[in-house]
Amino acid sequence: MLVTGLVTLALIAITGLGANLWWTADPQALRPVARLRPPSAEQWFGTDQYGRDVYSRTLYGGRISLQVGAMVGVVSLLLGVTIGLCSGYYRRIDAVVMRVMDGLMAIPAILLALALMALMRASVKNVIFALVVPEIPRVVRLVRASVLSLREQTMVEGARAIGAQTPRILLRYILPALVAPLIVQGTYICASAILFEAYLSFLGAGTPPIIPSWGNIMAEGRAYVQRAFWIILFPGAFLALTVLAVNLVGDGLRDLLKVR
Amino acid sequence: MLPLIARRVLATIPVMGVVALTVFALLHLTPGDPAIIIAGDYATTQDIARIRASLGLDRPLLAQAGIWLAKLLRGDLGASIYSGLPVTTLIGQRVGPTVALTALAMLISVAVAVPLGVLAAWRQGSWVDRIVMIVSVSGFSMPVFWLGFLLVWVFAIQAGVLPVQGYQPLEAGPWQFLRHLVLPAVTLSLVYMALIARMTRASVLGVLREDYIRTAFAKGLAPHRVLLGHALKAASLPVVTIIGVGFALLIGGAVVTESVFAIPGLGRLTVDAIVRRDYPVVQGVVLVVSGVYVLLNLVIDVVYVVLDPRIRY
Repeated sequence: MLVTGLVTLALIAITGLGANLWWTADPQALRPVARLRPPSAEQWFGTDQYGRDVYSRTLYGGRISLQVGAMVGVVSLLLGVTIGLCSGYYRRIDAVVMRVMDGLMAIPAILLALALMALMRASVKNVIFALVVPEIPRVVRLVRASVLSLREQTMVEGARAIGAQTPRILLRYILPALVAPLIVQGTYICASAILFEAYLSFLGAGTPPIIPSWGNIMAEGRAYVQRAFWIILFPGAFLALTVLAVNLVGDGLRDLLKVR
Repeated sequence: MLPLIARRVLATIPVMGVVALTVFALLHLTPGDPAIIIAGDYATTQDIARIRASLGLDRPLLAQAGIWLAKLLRGDLGASIYSGLPVTTLIGQRVGPTVALTALAMLISVAVAVPLGVLAAWRQGSWVDRIVMIVSVSGFSMPVFWLGFLLVWVFAIQAGVLPVQGYQPLEAGPWQFLRHLVLPAVTLSLVYMALIARMTRASVLGVLREDYIRTAFAKGLAPHRVLLGHALKAASLPVVTIIGVGFALLIGGAVVTESVFAIPGLGRLTVDAIVRRDYPVVQGVVLVVSGVYVLLNLVIDVVYVVLDPRIRY
């Protein structure tokens, strides 16, 4: 499972990153003569309403999706771990922080991201921010729960007895025990962020329409579902495959690292 | 049992308060001046000042929070910047289709996923189990709108047996209502189905190892009686939980599904409001939906107490 996922993911990453090596046309080049052409030997995935090559755009679109997925995963973990460690260890801020997290958790993730995007300009950076906010409480809860049980263990008591300071205990004794579950959690966050980026773009509240992300390509193709289904079919298939691969990596890591 | 339920109901009030404050804080959490962004790119200084005043952004932060909460308690969600209508009226107009869509999707998912999950657990490792697990992982990985377009393409465009999009209220006749709703509901139900099937399988698997299940089989009970009467009953709590927790997924999916099938529900209202930068409407929908989510989980906690008398808070 882990190997299948990793191999698929590597293949998608290579096609995305090296997109300019094997795309057959400039993904932004307009060719009005060749509008809405079905898939053929020259245009493998057909062309869209402006005559742009869907194959090249799909390859290029992978970059945005992978970038957003990876960044959201990393940033949510960093912020979530920081907040969770502090909240789990310092009782005084715990109550306040956890109430705020409860509030954020009670708002469905897509709605929260949409509401945030409604207040920001469309850019990749802002999309990452809007997707990180709903994920943070989930990381914080995981970290805090572990800290609460770990801080009662004898090793922490021992460390305290030999005079270790709190930051040292958090970083050297508690954080290492959290690495495995966090890696697994981060993988799942990455998978859902790739999906949510597409949702935001599809709804017109995501990355700027000029960037051919998978969500944007499909959003532009929706008006032509009846005549040119391929504009939606291929980017969506790539997207589903990518998310599937990341989820498989997550499941594989979970079994490998024996999380839960 | 009653004081227990009462205590759980009371515990919901602070959560609702925090949700209300969070939704309020969103406006200030985002970088940049909200008034300038809401006014749009072609706004004059007067427009910005007008929006700032109408949203009360010119007052001190604490005063704004107080006014927002006081208005909420009176059931006032403010007015749309675009149409001037009260947000509560707008939500009232659009709530019907969303309720119909999510209810049907929930019904389909539970009806399909629970039996499949039980079957997969009973025949662990068999082809049934493998197919259920593969479909469930794929369900998590597919973009909802893409699945929607696939179904539209197959059943509406190629086969021509169902309408491509649109919505008919129940008043237009149950047949028309269902004909328009079946594709969106199936589209929306897949993720939820995947979630419930996974949880049912895991939960039933845990129970099947218990001694009393072996006893039940040993005394010659029919498999379906053991599975449904003994195993599923004991395994039902996690399944009920996931039905509640997964509601967030369902409502998020509904926003996207409504957009694919042009259903005039809350999701469309939100998306239109975002395009128009009509922030009070966005805020109102987020608040109402989150409130429903919290209440649904409250109901589930109460159901718990009824299902399992051992539970104490």
